[in-house]
Amino acid sequence: MKVRIPSPLRSYTQQQAVVDADGATLTELLFDLDRRYPGLRFRMVDEQGRIRKHMKIFVNDESVRELETRVDARDEITIMQALSGG
Amino acid sequence: MTTTYVTTADAVDRTGDAPVLLVGTRKGAWILSSDAGRQTWTARGPMFLGHIAQHIVLDPRDRTTLLLATRTGHLGPTVFRSTDLGRTWEEASRPPAFAAGDRLERSLNAVFWLTPGHADEPGVWYAGGSPQGLFRSDDGGDTWEPVSGWNDHAQWETWAEWPDEGTPDGSMLHSVIVDPRDSAHLYIGLSGGGVFESVDAGRDWKPLNAGSVATFLPDPDAEFGHDPHCVRLHPLRPDRLYQQNHCGIYRMERPDGRWERVGDNMPRDVGDIGFPIELHPRDPDTAWVFPMDGTDVWPRTSPDGRPAAYVTRDAGASWTRCDRGLPEYAWFTVKRQAMTVDAGDPVGVYFGTTSGEVWASADEGASWECIAHHLPEIYSVEYADPA
Repeated sequence: MKVRIPSPLRSYTQQQAVVDADGATLTELLFDLDRRYPGLRFRMVDEQGRIRKHMKIFVNDESVRELETRVDARDEITIMQALSGG
Repeated sequence: MTTTYVTTADAVDRTGDAPVLLVGTRKGAWILSSDAGRQTWTARGPMFLGHIAQHIVLDPRDRTTLLLATRTGHLGPTVFRSTDLGRTWEEASRPPAFAAGDRLERSLNAVFWLTPGHADEPGVWYAGGSPQGLFRSDDGGDTWEPVSGWNDHAQWETWAEWPDEGTPDGSMLHSVIVDPRDSAHLYIGLSGGGVFESVDAGRDWKPLNAGSVATFLPDPDAEFGHDPHCVRLHPLRPDRLYQQNHCGIYRMERPDGRWERVGDNMPRDVGDIGFPIELHPRDPDTAWVFPMDGTDVWPRTSPDGRPAAYVTRDAGASWTRCDRGLPEYAWFTVKRQAMTVDAGDPVGVYFGTTSGEVWASADEGASWECIAHHLPEIYSVEYADPA
């Protein structure tokens, strides 16, 4: 399925804004992303499997924090970072 | 002194054995290099623009491997490695992290401190974190493991600040020190928590805070809970430790385990509060500090807004003010990793400020000149001697 990558993580995807990844759940999808783009997952998911505080994942139009959420090939995944800082 | 700023990677790194400075800032990293006289400087950067560059350290054993502890405000912490003085970088394939399934569900917010291991253990590095975890690499910083003897110590939750962190920037483990005589003899500093020592390569730990006060605790003579800001061991006299603490400047002579407050010999109107303490590479009696205002709400700027380093040449028995060339008034802070010394003769002393300036003294602090300005807030300045 298509995964939209925010600019802070595109150093891992050779600057691609949209990449492909597979998985029946968000957990599986993120491990597949990390297999294709090593190091990406730990920047957005901590060692206890929690999405980092300022990161968000959308499945289609819905913000999801539960990584066991099921997904399928028709879904579009958007990873974004909260807009904050200075 | 003159400084040229370059953003390209093809700048000359150094002339002869002139010093190189590794500068970490809130928004990227710079490498400063000079001529042999330390009069002409080149500032190359930014590297990792927009990333928090907390600490950059060159491996003194191979004089080639450069490690950078970094994160952003949003992305998790990691370590990058370079073997060409920052022209190309490769991320650690397994960055420092607590164990998955950790009993306290800890996750690392920041890699705060980097220390190369013992000279006889090439490839070994230690990293201190926030929360206050300790991590070790055996392969030059590519893969890291938690030091279980510390992170899972039965007293960790008592000694460390957990789960409530004591400062707005988070509690941190810093000042990881390896005894040059014994790779199994380690010291660490916790802000807050105190100084701790291990004699068995990190399997067990004991507090080492007797003699240092903690005026903010109900029991100022408590066994732990102190706030060491920076701890240093002199490599030529490894039984001597210096400490710049939240509550004063201290020295300890081992095997005695008691800190002596040598900061009592500082001028009363300046006090002995600060973040960094740096040691002369060849004289264990000489050290530099940069006092700050620890009154009221702790501005952490220079006392009375008058910046100055202080040097002792008699192991803390007396201190001399070093402010020639510094601004008459300024309100910056010098953080604990933002002061360093080179190996020259006379020794060069350097500090970076939260206002983005790097100041240099080519005469052991007698006079100062600004060698870089308009950088982001500076977190760390480390001397390097690349091959």
